[in-house]
Formats: sequence, structure tokens, C-alpha cells
Amino acid sequence: MTADTPDIAVHIPRLRRYARALVGDASRADDLVQDTLERALRKFTLWRHGSDLRAWLFTIMHNIFINQLRANRLPSVPLDDTGENTLAAPPAGQEQQLQIRDLMTALRHLPAEFRAVVLLVGLEELSYDEAARVLGVPRGTVMSRLARGREKLQALMAGEQVPTLRRVK
Amino acid sequence: MNHPGQTNLREEDLHAYVDGRLDAAARQAVETWLASHPQDAARVQAYRQQNQLLHSLFDPALAEPLPPALQAASRRRRRYVPAAMAAALAWMTLGGSGGWLLHAYYQTGETGLSIATLPQRAAIAHVVYTPEVLHPVEVDAQQETHLAAWLSKRLGTTLRIPHLQTVGYDLVGGRLLPDRDRPAAQFMYQDASGRRLTLYARLQNGTAREPTAFRYSLENKVAVFYWVDGDVGYALSGEIDKAQLLQAAEIAYRELNL
Repeated sequence: MTADTPDIAVHIPRLRRYARALVGDASRADDLVQDTLERALRKFTLWRHGSDLRAWLFTIMHNIFINQLRANRLPSVPLDDTGENTLAAPPAGQEQQLQIRDLMTALRHLPAEFRAVVLLVGLEELSYDEAARVLGVPRGTVMSRLARGREKLQALMAGEQVPTLRRVK
Repeated sequence: MNHPGQTNLREEDLHAYVDGRLDAAARQAVETWLASHPQDAARVQAYRQQNQLLHSLFDPALAEPLPPALQAASRRRRRYVPAAMAAALAWMTLGGSGGWLLHAYYQTGETGLSIATLPQRAAIAHVVYTPEVLHPVEVDAQQETHLAAWLSKRLGTTLRIPHLQTVGYDLVGGRLLPDRDRPAAQFMYQDASGRRLTLYARLQNGTAREPTAFRYSLENKVAVFYWVDGDVGYALSGEIDKAQLLQAAEIAYRELNL
């Protein structure tokens, strides 16, 4: 309520971008952002003035994401390939279009703990220390997940078969 | 860190190189290594491409219009409306200052409104409207002349809008508000950090008319300086310290009497 509380709203676009990449589905991503904003609202008194508000919001989002994963509300591997429909691919050359499609598929098959690190560092451009704080793990864990995550992502994009990761219903 | 002649490239440095997080010397060392290790060079290229593709794929989400649910969620934060309304209601209905408020509220006879209600009314209006981001005011500062004319007409007296730039606050605009049995006006000001002050004004007729000395009241966490000048009661509210607010109130008073 104090007039100098920083504006959470300016961080929404980047929260949305990260959520979109993390859960792979636009509407579920926005649900995650909404949950994040609502929790941030309720917990706002816990945010320390002067600390990085964006990192704090990412931390909240990550915790909600993890809880939802546990609660199975967000399957880490979607059952169908709806990603192409919900993620409007930007205009790009044909080769890049193919790569983008490969990337979307690969991301969905990348285990969540690796996906989060690859996205926080590669897309959101957080420093390794910031990513460690957001994820609540040591920096060394961030580095090893980043290395393995990028390696796995590359293998997936190169067409590595992932039958064991696919859920069967 | 790797230096020329060192036998191994640390995995961490390869990623820090990809992410542009190495200083010049370390970057040079990695590049030297990569020049003679094509496999690692290929990985660097592949990981950089991953980052680029991620941006190509997801950056459009940055520019998409916010869906209504997110607008609502952020607005709840930005405006603090539920909290502000709850605070206002609690004030009006609970004990302590609330009891006093209700007491003062009805202590107004035919002669007009008791001045005691002025800082409370002003503070409530302050708490309700200052968190607004999308609609902090009804008429913004660009239409200042219109704002002054409109609110003067509605309040039935000539209102001036003081300028507080000398203490770092710009006019945001103003709005019409209900006081007990009459209209009131609120002007909102904002400094560079987004901190807001409000000036509340209402007709203060009858015996409630008081001399123009400043009075100070702390209404919950809102500091209020109020005074009566002619037939108008003014109250300047802000969540800032008393000395700063007094300075702004003095400027406002002077501006109103130019």
C-alpha cells in the first residue's frame, strides 16, 4: 500500500515468456502466471525491499510449478503434440521453422529440472547465482543441470528417440 | 579458469562462454582452447543456437496483450483495492480511530461538517485511490484547467490546484468524491519514484470554519496536514514523514493563496 512499492506488473511479460517455455501451453502458462501473481500479492510483505523483485517472482513461479508437477496438474510431458497450435511460431525461414519445431518437441521431452535451468539461463538470461536462488539449489547444481540439460536438449533436437519418456495411457 | 597451455576446458567455462559471462581474459582462454578443439567449438555453437531459438520461439510472448485474468491479477496488486477497501471499512466500523471517525461523522449539525472528519475522510480517500494504477484520477493533469473548473463548479467554490513541483511532486489529476452530505475533490500528486500525495478539498461552511493554522493527524499510517482557508477545508495526505509532508503542505498553502 505504500506508494513506493515497486510495480509487479512490469514483470508480467517475462513471467509469461518463461511460463510459456516451461509448461509449453499458452493457457496453462497464463494460469501459472496468474497463480504466481496471486501468491506474490499475498506474500508481498515477505519481499525484501531493494532485493530483486523479478528473481523473487521467478522463485514463486518455480515453487508453484514444482508443486503443480507434484500434484500432477502439469504433466512434464504433454500427451499430445498440441504445442504447435498453442505456440504461434514467429515468421522465420523454413530451416529455422524446422529447428523451432524440433526445439519445441525437444523441450517438452526434457525433464523439468533441466528445462527450468536451460530456460532461466538461456532464455531469461539470469546469472548462474540468480538461477540458483530461484531454484533453491546450489550454484554447482545449476551448472551441472545446465550442462546436462543442454546436452540432452541437443540430443533430443538431433532426433534422439525418447520412447521411455512418453507417457502411455 | 583456463589459460593457454592448460590441458582441459572446464565445462563451467564453456557454458559461461556461451552465456557471455566471462571476462575478457577468460574468454580469450576459452577461444584459444576452442580453436584447437572442434568438438567443443561445435557444442558452443549448438548451445548458442539453442539460446537463439528459445528467443525466437518465446520472445513473441513478451509482446502479447495481457489476457483479462492476468490484467485482473496484476491490477489487484497494483491497485491494492481489496486491501485498501478493507482498510477503509475497518477504519469506519471498528474501534479506535474508527469509532472516533463515526463519532465525528455524525457530529456535524446543521452548521456544517466538523473539521475533525476532514483528515479521516482525506486519509480514507488517499488509501483507496493512491494504489490505483489504471484509474488513479478521473481527469488527468493534461486537462488541468478543465479539472479546476469542473471541481469548482461541483463544490460550489473556486478551487485552485496547487503545484508541488518544488518539492518534487507532479500533478497526476483529480477526481470528484462524496463526503457526508456534499461533494469533495481529490487532487493526486506523484514524485519520480511513484510516491503519491493527495490533496483533499471540501466546502467547510458554517461554524466548522476554522482559522488557517495547520493541524497534523496520523490516520493509520497516513500522515495528514489539514487546514481551513476561507470556506474550503484542505487536507494533504501522504505516507511520508511528517517533516516532508509539512514542507509540501506549506507549498500547497502558498500556492493556494497566490
